[in-house]
Formats: sequence, C-alpha cells, structure tokens
Amino acid sequence: MKYVDEFRDPALARKLSQGIHDMMRQLPYDAKNPLQIMEFCGGHTHTIFRYGIEQMLPKSIEMVHGPGCPVCVLPMGRVDDCVALAERPDVIFTTFGDAMRVPGSRKSLLQAKADGADVRMVYSPLDALQLARANPERQVIFFALGFETTMPSTALTLLQAKREGLKNFSLFCNHITSVPTVKAVLDSPELRIDAFVAPGHVCMVLGEIPFEFIPRDYHKPIVISGFEPLDVLQSIYLTVRQFAEGRCEVENQYQRVVARQGNPAGLEAMHEVFELREFFEWRGLGSIENSGVRIREAYAEFDAERRFNVPNLQIADPKSCQCGEVIKGLIRPWQCKLFGEVCNPQNPMGALMVSSEGACAAYYNFGDLPELLEKRNQSDKTDAA
Amino acid sequence: MCLGIPGQIVAVDDPARLMATVDVSGVKRQVNIACIVSDDHPAAACVGDWVLVHVGFAMSRIDAEEASKTLEALAELDEVQQELDAIQHSAQAIR
Repeated sequence: MKYVDEFRDPALARKLSQGIHDMMRQLPYDAKNPLQIMEFCGGHTHTIFRYGIEQMLPKSIEMVHGPGCPVCVLPMGRVDDCVALAERPDVIFTTFGDAMRVPGSRKSLLQAKADGADVRMVYSPLDALQLARANPERQVIFFALGFETTMPSTALTLLQAKREGLKNFSLFCNHITSVPTVKAVLDSPELRIDAFVAPGHVCMVLGEIPFEFIPRDYHKPIVISGFEPLDVLQSIYLTVRQFAEGRCEVENQYQRVVARQGNPAGLEAMHEVFELREFFEWRGLGSIENSGVRIREAYAEFDAERRFNVPNLQIADPKSCQCGEVIKGLIRPWQCKLFGEVCNPQNPMGALMVSSEGACAAYYNFGDLPELLEKRNQSDKTDAA
Repeated sequence: MCLGIPGQIVAVDDPARLMATVDVSGVKRQVNIACIVSDDHPAAACVGDWVLVHVGFAMSRIDAEEASKTLEALAELDEVQQELDAIQHSAQAIR
C-alpha cells in the first residue's frame, strides 16, 4: 500500500536501531537508569508491540506507554451513560467498534445490544447521520469519542445535520483534549519522563505550536511521529539525537501529514461546535482541568446530554483493576494482578485490555505471555518474602 | 479510530456537500473532504490526491515530496552507516 510499505523496510529498521545503539553508548543512561521516552498515543503503543520495536532498542531506553487511548481512559460511568441512552426504546445508539466491549458497571454496549437495545457499530459519524436520515421516527445518537484527531469529523457531521435541519440526530460528546493531559503527565510528581514521541494524528489537526511549551517550559524534547514502524523508530532516533547533540525542541518526523499550523478547516469546525469543559473525568488519572469539550449552547439541539436524561454518575473502577497505575506508567501491564488469567481480550475487566491500542492488550497479544506471567509470579513471591 | 489509512480520491461526487469517492486499496467509499479543500485547492482539484482517511473524512493530503524526503533521510542514514561500517572494518583490517 502506498505510503505504508515504504515505512516497513526491515533493513532500514536495523540501521535505525544500530544508530540508536551507537548514540546511546555515548549518553549517561543504562538499564538501571534508562532514558524514559513516553509515547503518548495508543496507536504508537500498538506499533511498538506489533513490530517488536522495544526489542530493537538498547536496555538504556525505556518506552513508557502514555494515556493516549480514548477508549482506555473512558471512565466506567460514561459507559453506563451510553448504556442508559441506548436502552431508551426510541433511540438508535451508534458508536465506533472500539467502545462496544468496554465494561460498564452494569454492562457493556455489546451486552446492552444482546439484551435488545438498538446499538449499531458504525465506521464514521457520517454513517450515523445516514441512519438519522433513513429513520426519521427514531432518535439517532452518536457516541463522539476521541482526542482532537476525531473532533473535526464529529463537528463537521453536526454542522451537516444542522444544514439539513435534522431533528433526530445528536452527539453524546466525550471528546478529550491532549495538551492538558500531557501537562498533567508532566506535572505528576510520580513520573519521570525525559522526552515524548508525540501523537502524529492529533498534531495533524492541532499542528506543532500547541506542543512548543514542552521543550520551552519543561525542557524535554518532543518528536511528532507517524505510525508505521520506521516512523516510530526514526522518531526515537531523532529523540536520542537531540540528547546526543544537546538540543531540546519540537521536531516533526511526520512532515508528510503534519503541517506546522495544523489543519485550518478542521480547527475552525471544532471551535465552532465545541467549547472546553472545566473538568473531565479520566479513568486512572482522575479529573483533569480543561481536558474535555462539550457542545456549545448554539448547537444545544444536537447535544444528547441536553436532550436526554443522562445519569452522569461517577463509578469507581473495581478495586482489583490496576488500569490507573498502568495508564500513569507506574506499573507495567503484566504486573497487574489480573493480567492474563482474569483479564484478557476475550473477557476484559479493564478498558486497557479492550482496545487494540490499549497497553494491556498490546502486551497480551504480542508479548511472550508465559514469560510475562512467570515474571509477575516471581516478583509477587519477592514481595511476599 | 485514531489510525488513518491512505487512499486516493477518484471522483468528487458532491462539490456542494464536499463529498468525494476515495479508493483505499481497491475498496471504494464516500468521504468528506472539507478538511483538505481551501481557496488554493478547491474540491475539483482533489481528484488524484493521496489522502489520509479517518472515520470517513479525508483529514490530510499526504505530501509526496515530504514522504520522499523522510525516506531519503532514512536512506542517507543507511549510507552513513555503511560508511561508518566501512571505516570500522578497515580500521580492524589494518590493525
């Protein structure tokens, strides 16, 4: 496939890996005190595991998997809200497939569907709009989810619904913003991150400028990265090179897609439709200031939160679930007591096991499972001793 | 949801609603092109464009020149590495 295959050449990957090893030998990091690079985006986590990128890195680099998976950070209470909306007899509830199996406190959307609720998996918000056109007697709600990457698409869909004067289409808006979240990670006293591999598709919308505070105020390098294995490896190479050369700046590895000013038409639609929420609740991270958006008053008729009775309860995760600690990078997925036997992609307990972009699912699907479980049991024994 | 897929615009079906048909590895689907049109690049000029498609929207034109620059940088790294390898091997050979 064009613009994909070129970025998967194993020979070039070996060269990049060699270059990273060479530079790291000159830098004061080792396995005990590694250079910690956070890949913020779940898409990058997926690439790293799928292509075995960690195995190509020296032990002096530790990749820390960030909170950038919108499905994974969705609190249980929001899934309950979706289920409550979906169970209304007049509603067709539409969602991306990723969100179907996320556990709620009562049930997931998939279970709600099995129990008779009209839940439909769609590829695009435009498909939800088409359902609204075809079913004027039903209320079609689209579960709007994701970082800035998907915000223009839902905003443009809402604007199209308004132009057509549709009365039976609304969004349940759970979009989240990446910059306040990166800032929450940077300000967390528990974390020590040396550099970031930045989310290429968020930057495709926002551009480079909103991330310039990271090198300026926090003195940490950041490299905007594409999603093919060579993109991610090259971004790690460029990050390490900034340390080797004593630089600290925003670098854009993904120039074929990301323009410095972002996407003007997408940004305009987003700002037209959405405004910041003062706070938004995240699974594992708690409430983060300005980290979500809601629909502006001018578009209230397309806002499911205003039109329907949304319970909006706060539900704590099951105690045994350690998703929060994994999201914050405090423990590795396999260190969670539930990982593997109790919580797995077929029967997920926590959201990180649901999405293919979740860190736990990545470890489960692409890691050496018996070895990881053995490692955990060993460390459990050490703890007990 | 977060990962796009590259496709090529083969027809602009509805310039008013900014809907076009895109070919993604042989699969055709209608997408919205609002995010890739501008005064300098109107809907009619989009046929043939390679775009990154996310959830039914062409979110970015893929810049062919930048793509080849990135690949060139990677290829250069390969050449530099070969040079370095050659220097090292040679140093060992004459020791």
